[in-house]
Amino acid sequence: MEIDLSRGSIERVPTNPKDTALYLGGLGTNAKLLWDRVPPEAEPFSPDNLLIFSTGLLGGTPATGANRTIVSTFSPQTLLMAYSMMGGFFAPELKYAGYDKVIIRGNSPELVYLWINDDKVEIRDASHLQGKGALEAAEMIRRELKEPKAQVCAIGLAGENRVYYASIEHSRSSASRGGIGAVMGAKKLKAVAVRGKKDINVARPEEFMTLCNEVLNYIQHRAKNPIKGVPPILAGIGSPQEMAIHDEEWHTTSFAWGNARHRRKGFWTKETAEVWKKTQEKAVERLISCYNCPMKCGAVVSYPALGISKYMMKCYSKLTYVMGAMADDLDFGFRIAGLAQEYGVDGYTAPQVMAFAVELYEDGILTDQDLPGFPSGNEERFFWLLEKIVRREGIGDILANGTYWAARQIGKGAEAYDRNTIKKHEQIPIKLGMLNPIYFLMYSTGEKMNITQIEGQMPQVPFATREEREEFVKDWIQVPDEKFKEFFLNWELRGENAFPHYPPPETACDLVEWQETMHYIDDILGICAGLSSFPIKPPYHIHNLPKFISAATGMDFDKDRLWNTARRIRNLLRAVNARRGLRRSDEKPPEDHWKKRFPDLEKKLLDTYYRFKGWNSEGIPTKETLDGLDLAYVAEDLLKRGILSEDETAAAEEAAEEAKQN
Amino acid sequence: MGEKKKKIIKTIKIDADKCNGCRACEVACSAFHATPKYSSNNPARSRIRVIHEPLKDMFVPVYAGEYTAAECMGRDKYVLDGKEYDECALCRASCPSRDLFKEPDSGLPLKCDMCESDPTLTEPLCVQWCITDALVYEEREEEVEEEEEQEDLEIGLEALADKYGMEKLIETVARLSVAKKE
Repeated sequence: MEIDLSRGSIERVPTNPKDTALYLGGLGTNAKLLWDRVPPEAEPFSPDNLLIFSTGLLGGTPATGANRTIVSTFSPQTLLMAYSMMGGFFAPELKYAGYDKVIIRGNSPELVYLWINDDKVEIRDASHLQGKGALEAAEMIRRELKEPKAQVCAIGLAGENRVYYASIEHSRSSASRGGIGAVMGAKKLKAVAVRGKKDINVARPEEFMTLCNEVLNYIQHRAKNPIKGVPPILAGIGSPQEMAIHDEEWHTTSFAWGNARHRRKGFWTKETAEVWKKTQEKAVERLISCYNCPMKCGAVVSYPALGISKYMMKCYSKLTYVMGAMADDLDFGFRIAGLAQEYGVDGYTAPQVMAFAVELYEDGILTDQDLPGFPSGNEERFFWLLEKIVRREGIGDILANGTYWAARQIGKGAEAYDRNTIKKHEQIPIKLGMLNPIYFLMYSTGEKMNITQIEGQMPQVPFATREEREEFVKDWIQVPDEKFKEFFLNWELRGENAFPHYPPPETACDLVEWQETMHYIDDILGICAGLSSFPIKPPYHIHNLPKFISAATGMDFDKDRLWNTARRIRNLLRAVNARRGLRRSDEKPPEDHWKKRFPDLEKKLLDTYYRFKGWNSEGIPTKETLDGLDLAYVAEDLLKRGILSEDETAAAEEAAEEAKQN
Repeated sequence: MGEKKKKIIKTIKIDADKCNGCRACEVACSAFHATPKYSSNNPARSRIRVIHEPLKDMFVPVYAGEYTAAECMGRDKYVLDGKEYDECALCRASCPSRDLFKEPDSGLPLKCDMCESDPTLTEPLCVQWCITDALVYEEREEEVEEEEEQEDLEIGLEALADKYGMEKLIETVARLSVAKKE
């Protein structure tokens, strides 16, 4: 469905089956639309930018966890393609209403919301919702429509005020990375409400249900068999079980606190563990799930003693504010996260921007003049900053642009405090010792820009003994190829087969391709990464996913065709971003991400990866690569714009020759 | 009066405390009852609906029960553990007072049939799909008075008769059967 908010037009357009065959759905068809329709010069806040709410190819089918809404647009922060996904109940409802996507173009003159009730679609006045919290607005909409079963996603004050890291909130989930909530704000679209009562069909029903049952059985099997040898938070499936598990030793001692600066290696003591356990048990009223999924990755948080109203929390935001503020109490996390959700800000970026501001203040770069009435305690400071940021008041107007832009606007050396962004986007604050070649590549080149949405499937560090490793690979059915088991068996903590020179660049490329490809597939199909690309030994994998697609659509998919489709979409995304200026120089992790860096090795890793992908030395897919993926029209455009040149293929081969000689 | 007869009583034990609100039961139910079987799913056709109000801590699966032609004289409201459930929320009837448990296009009533089918399932599909164990299937034997079961067709016809009047229904059936013969 196409909505033009400038003209107020609504148009139902059938999905093009040719595009479905090549790009399937979700992220794939979103990327195609953005390539085709948004000129690279278009500013993210301009009416020319599209905001696409998409279901995945399997969205709303009985496939467990096929509930993700894939929101795509161009980011005001990175200026590149932003795509963020949310779980919950929205995408299936949209599909039951009869739509694969809602494509929004134009900017409305007044604040509006969209009401999709099966075939009836209205653009409605939202002036009475201005300034309302995201979840508050959703509830008001359900009430005024008298549709308690409508699913709503909405922006809060941050989105309305175009904060560069504003989120779109829905129920217990949010699409928060890349500032897509700010684009929604620029379009003056407060919310989208949807109610659907139609059927979703699959092509080969019995076969499809058999596959679903296998997945449900495997989920039960994994529940009884947690992975040994990894922290509890990584042993199960689903998103990391932050709401159920209180043992936070791994996060609190391995991740950086404050402005991605401090490690607190001794933080997790027996006393802390006890206090945090109590807090969590008090706060969590019930563990909850998304649509059609037995996992319970979220929770209803109810903590009357803290004077906060009930809200739903997912996974890691419980810790991001706590660690950003160097707070010792988990209480603080539960208190501020609820408020931040109503305002609609990204739970990763917001606390890092606040920590950045606190550090600038402590080092005298920001002064009392910039921060009049700034409280003395860190927790109060975070609340203070949150209020300023979501209103773009005073210093908040600058901080609302994220660390990268704020640092440059503030100047006076503030740039040096922008220590944890890649491509202008805040990363998870991890600062480690030894360069990890796999993560180096994922951080540098991932289009998704959020490591948890690139990594997965593998233990993050090698197991200590050969016996443990042999035990681990025994039932590792998820690997696309036996060579991954070989790698894992030989991977050691120390010595020759350890970081940074093991795995060698070629193997590192293979490992990165596997990990990111699985995420691409999830985002195309609308399946939650928590059941698929993220955890170790997940129920969905490269061997059963093609069967799901075949049974659902009737198109014949096997492992190779699916892998190739993911490659096509991966390259299309890269081209979308290359056309907007992404180049090799942007592809680097923060300087202090690892203490021990190896510039020559890193260069070699990136060269090898680009070659492996069929990209030129600037990281742009060559004509040959694009032509081979049915993307000749993309190559043609890149050539016409001078982003690629005719001899580009030669350049890649030259590099290959050079590598051989070395 | 029928004779005394041994009968298997099929029970679904609903443990609302274990419900995580995922609504997989609705998916499974509507897929099972699709024609052909599993060819589509649509919670609006499901014979089980989850009352899902996370912020009020309400998570209650409710099964579709008997069709009723007339609404109750009053309306029920339950307050349990301090939580006030919507009017008639816990009622299982397909009733003129509300949309619940009716086919979305025809308005015909829906009723849980415990997934009676040939071959029979070990337990209803909603129970199989509820791996959080909020739904647990139990069977027990009881002596009951035998009574003719009202078949699906009869329930549907009765609903149509109530909606359009018996005369109109008979006329339509007669007309349709003539049209079919031609």
